[in-house]
Amino acid sequence: MTKSELIQRIAERNPHLYQRDVARIVNTIFDEIGSALERGDRVELRGFGAFSTKQRDARTGRNPRTGDTVDVDAKAVPYFKTGKQLRERLNGG
Amino acid sequence: MAGRTITRADLGEAVYQEVGLSRNESSELVEMVLDEMSDALVRGELVKISSFGTFTSREKGERIGRNPKTGEEVPILPRRVLVFRASHVLKNRINSGRRA
Repeated sequence: MTKSELIQRIAERNPHLYQRDVARIVNTIFDEIGSALERGDRVELRGFGAFSTKQRDARTGRNPRTGDTVDVDAKAVPYFKTGKQLRERLNGG
Repeated sequence: MAGRTITRADLGEAVYQEVGLSRNESSELVEMVLDEMSDALVRGELVKISSFGTFTSREKGERIGRNPKTGEEVPILPRRVLVFRASHVLKNRINSGRRA
């Protein structure tokens, strides 16, 4: 399922809404999650999952092709933990 | 570093501010989006949200685990787990405001 298919599905279930408004709604949701992560906030959606960021320290990496050492800056990486209810549903619960 | 925790209510509020729907309907739409994504994942589909990330389910085989408290060996049954891969857009966004 792609984002456009998701928008399509939501639009079908809400015939009173314009598809372009449904697209705005769906984009707003993901944009809001992104902004929260950008601020270093956590996003907790009970039953679905939680988005957070994890800090990675600066390190010395290697270019796998040439073997040259390169400095990799410290960075934050997004992380998703599946919620309990969805995890159970994935396993037939 | 971790600030506040954003919940469904905040997402509903954002939708409410963006589109002229009622608060109630805005919250219902947030729920509907999460439900549609969950249903697709339970069906085994991949959910790909451009400029955000991709959710996939992965089958894990059985392995022997250990109860960390008692040291007792217990089989971990085969199961399905979700994997989220953030898109480059999201990764860049998260690091844009920070100086390393």
